[in-house]
This record gives sequence, structure tokens and C-alpha cells, in this order.
Amino acid sequence: MDIPLTIRQTQKALFEKRFSMVELVDAYFARIEKLDKALNSFLTLNKEEAYKKAKKVDGLITDYGKEILKDKPLLGVTVAHKDLFLTKGLRTTAASKVLEYYIPAYSATVVARLNEAGCIILGKTNCDAWAHGASGENSDYGPTINPWGKTYVPGGSSSGSATAVAASFSLIATGTDTGGSVRQPANFCGVYGLKPTYGAVSRYGIVAMASSVDSVGHFARTVSDIEKIFDITKGEDGKDGTVKNSKLKTQNSKLKIGVPKEYFVKGLDKEVEKAVLQATVTFKKKGIEVVGISLPHTKYAISVYYIIQPAEVSSNLSRYDGIRYGNERDAFGDEAKRRIMLGTYVLSSGYYDAYYLKAQKVRTKIIEDFEKVFDPSNGGVDAIIAPVSPTAAFKLGEKSLDPLKMYLADVYTVAANVAGIPGLSVPSGFTRKGLPLGFQLMGPRYSERILFKLGNIYEKATNAKPQVALE
Amino acid sequence: MGKLSKKDVEHVAKLANLPLKENEIEKFSKQLSKIVGYVDELNEVDTSKIEPTHQTTGLQSVVRKDKVEIEDCLNQKEALSGSEKVHNGYFVVPAILEGKRRGGKK
Repeated sequence: MDIPLTIRQTQKALFEKRFSMVELVDAYFARIEKLDKALNSFLTLNKEEAYKKAKKVDGLITDYGKEILKDKPLLGVTVAHKDLFLTKGLRTTAASKVLEYYIPAYSATVVARLNEAGCIILGKTNCDAWAHGASGENSDYGPTINPWGKTYVPGGSSSGSATAVAASFSLIATGTDTGGSVRQPANFCGVYGLKPTYGAVSRYGIVAMASSVDSVGHFARTVSDIEKIFDITKGEDGKDGTVKNSKLKTQNSKLKIGVPKEYFVKGLDKEVEKAVLQATVTFKKKGIEVVGISLPHTKYAISVYYIIQPAEVSSNLSRYDGIRYGNERDAFGDEAKRRIMLGTYVLSSGYYDAYYLKAQKVRTKIIEDFEKVFDPSNGGVDAIIAPVSPTAAFKLGEKSLDPLKMYLADVYTVAANVAGIPGLSVPSGFTRKGLPLGFQLMGPRYSERILFKLGNIYEKATNAKPQVALE
Repeated sequence: MGKLSKKDVEHVAKLANLPLKENEIEKFSKQLSKIVGYVDELNEVDTSKIEPTHQTTGLQSVVRKDKVEIEDCLNQKEALSGSEKVHNGYFVVPAILEGKRRGGKK
């Protein structure tokens, strides 16, 4: 069986009875069993429940036909959840030994909503432990391998989710993006990844990393699939006080994209730079205005992020005391320990003003930069185009011994988190070595529809087809 | 600023309730000093008239309805399901008080 690559293709095949949902689940698990030993993208498989649900899906298709899509728009969509998402009855480890045996008693809002919409959970994916990392190498269960090159990292922290979609182990996957953890692995693995506006999607039931910057996103192989998933996951659930049902911005007049000069500086790989600039040419050809802009505080975003984020990490990870669930605190890995200590240090008496408060003030400056370039009363742009990472996927082990070097890999993604704005990672071809290239589109808060529109324009203009590694 | 001595690391680890081994203290002292040294670059930015940003939603004092939603509550069995160290429906916790019992021997 050729596994379908989009939601549309999957549902079409199921309704035409070209195969049953049970057969499709069979095909996914067969592919996982054959190829994932080498990639390590899954930590736990959900076989028993997946087959139960698949039988149910087959029954619904027979009984109701296409009518059922009104109630269950994602019927038949297989999903792999990052192991930060609580799944009732299914082990959830955050890729840490602290939660090695943790079986949640409830599910995250996003998990529950995707279930309700007809998705089938295939398993839980590997990631950097507690989502701390940009390569997947900080997992306590071994690194995930990039499906496009076995000596390369798939990016992180949502390493297994990006890999699972790229390798067609699942149709879609979920991830969290606190400093780039959806957009960067999407970029390294050649798939689409969405980091929604902070406050658009509920964080309820997802292991918290840094609460003022955590956002809950996902991976797929087309913009249209990314949008379909977002339409299910977004919106208030009464359980996360930061979530608001805000009206999503739309734009019918001519669109304008900004190219921030601060993102094209020393350290940016030539092939990556070329890919982003080529995308701007494509947009221009499609009648979109492309202008140069400046975000002068970009270079400080990393420092702001690596103060605020560990501070919030140290607070969030203080709950793991080994009493109510989980192992004791000596089970934390090195990176979690570093961030807990760094965060505790910047919050401690005598250092709070110099580090934490200072970072929160520079955060304001970064937000003001974005507000200025997006300001509609001042001829502002609708979106920003930028590289996702200074390089394509880097080698396993290349940065893992130098924590600061690894942190600097986040240089192009953290600003969107600091400012709470959405970002869409778009694949755009390959390097000479055959590793995926791409770019990101960022927009003002709640501008997801505009990012999708631009993504669609790019897909059509380049005749992009959903792609799979290891075919 | 910009340097964490071994003593600083020990102090911070104690505040964070994080048990560290001797070789870790040395390693983290070096690594954390390097990171803290890097983020010191923020001193270049003039923030004298700038308000700090705590969050980006613009929302204030969001409260839920003061109503118990029974489907959102864990029952006792579920609440205890994550721990093997339970006794008579309670979590067993490490003792935090030490020393002689008051009132002397009986």
C-alpha cells in the first residue's frame, strides 16, 4: 500500500474503500517497525488503542459515509504526539528518566480535541528531555536521527515528531515551540511546522517548560493540513487562562513581506541564505511586495530568552519531587540540571534585577521592534520572511558538548517566542548534500491565516509536492 | 558578574533542591559561567525608561468560574495512581522534621 501523504488523500482513499483504516494503521506500524530502529523517533507505541480506534473509524465510514466529516473533520488522520503531551493511560515521559513510568490520569486539551475530531494516536515521540535542546540529543532515551542523513540531527526539541512526519511514520504530529522547537526541526526535516500565536492554543495537560513562551504547534506535509489541524486545536478550553478566542487577522488587499536585515548576518550559511532569498523572488513574482526592514534588537533575543526561559524552567521543574508521581530529582539529566541552576541563579537574591528584570525590559524592546514593522498605520508589513536556523541540519555530536554553542542555534527562532507572535516553517528544497532547506514566515499576533495564505501561494508557485524521506 | 564559582553552584543547587556530584559542580561552574558571561551583553541596551514584559497576551486577572466541574477532577484512585509510595489513601512523604520527640519517653 502507498501510504497517503495528506489529510485529503487519506480521507479520499478511506471513503473510496481503497483500504480500511485498520489496513492503513497496519501499514504505518509496519513502516515504523522496519525503519524506526535506526531513527529512534518513537518512545512508546499505542498499538492496542490505535487498532481499537481504527475499527471504530471503519464502522463510522460504513455507517455515515462522508457526512461524518462534519462531526469529525480529521477522521482517519494518524497522529504522533510529542512525549510532552499528556495522554490518558499512555506513558508520557517528557523524554526524561524522571517520568520513566508516568501514566497520566488525564489528556491534554489538544490530545482530547484531536481524538474527538477523529484522529488516531500511533504513539509518543522522542524529544530533547523536557524540550530542552535544538538537536534531539538531550533525550534521556538516546538521540533521534535525521531521516535525510543518518549522521545528522533532526533538530529539536520536537525531534521525533518532525522525523515521524518526514519518514511517513504518521500523517501528522504535535510539538511544542518554546524557542523554535517546532519550526527548527520542521526545517531540518523538510516538513511544515506551525508555532501558533502565544495564547491561541491551550497548553493544558502539556508538560510545562517556560510558561510565558511555551506554544503548542504541529507538523504536516502541506499548508492546508497545518491549517486544518490548527482549526481543531485553537481556542479557549476554560483550563488555560492565557488562551483567548481572538479573531484571526485576514488580508484581502496586496500583501507585503519584510526581509529583516539583522537575520542576514555573519554565521548564516550561504545555501540557507540563498534559499530564503529565492523564496522572496518567488513571492515577488506572485505580486507580493517585498521590502527591507530592520529589527534592531534581534541580536539580544538569545540572551533575553536564555534568562527568562531557564528562570521559568526552574520554577516549572520544581514540582518534580518524586512524591505524587515520577522519580526523584537526581534523575534529571545534565541539560535540565543546567537550566534549573541557571534559572535559579538569575532569580536569586542579588541577581534578579541584573538578569531577570533586565531581560524582561529588553523583551519589551524586542516586542516594540516587531510592533513597529507590523504597524498598519505606518505602511507596515503583513509578514516577515527569515531563515529558521543559521545552517541546515548539523552533525550529531557537533554541538552537544558545548551548551552555549547549542543555545546559539536558536538565534533566528527565539524572537517570535519572546514576542508571542506566530511562525510558520516552510520547506523549500535541499542542500547540495541532500539536507532540507526552508524559511519561516512570522506575522503579528493572531495572523495565522495570513501566514497560511502566503504558504499556499508559495506552494502553488513552486508546485511543491508533499515529500517523504526513505522512500 | 558573569562568573559562577563552585560555591555559587553549590548554593544554587541547594536552593533548587538538586543533588549534585563533586565532578558535576566543577563542570557546571565552567559551563554556567560561560552562559552567564554571554548574556551579560544585555547591559549594552539602555532600558532606563522601559517597562518589563511579563507576558504577551494583554489579558489580566483571568479567573475561572467558581464551580466544580466533576469531569475535570481526579478521584482518589486516579490522583494516587502515579505513586507506589501510598498508605491508607495518602501519599507517603519524606520526614522533614528531625530531632527528639517532645514530652520525653513514655
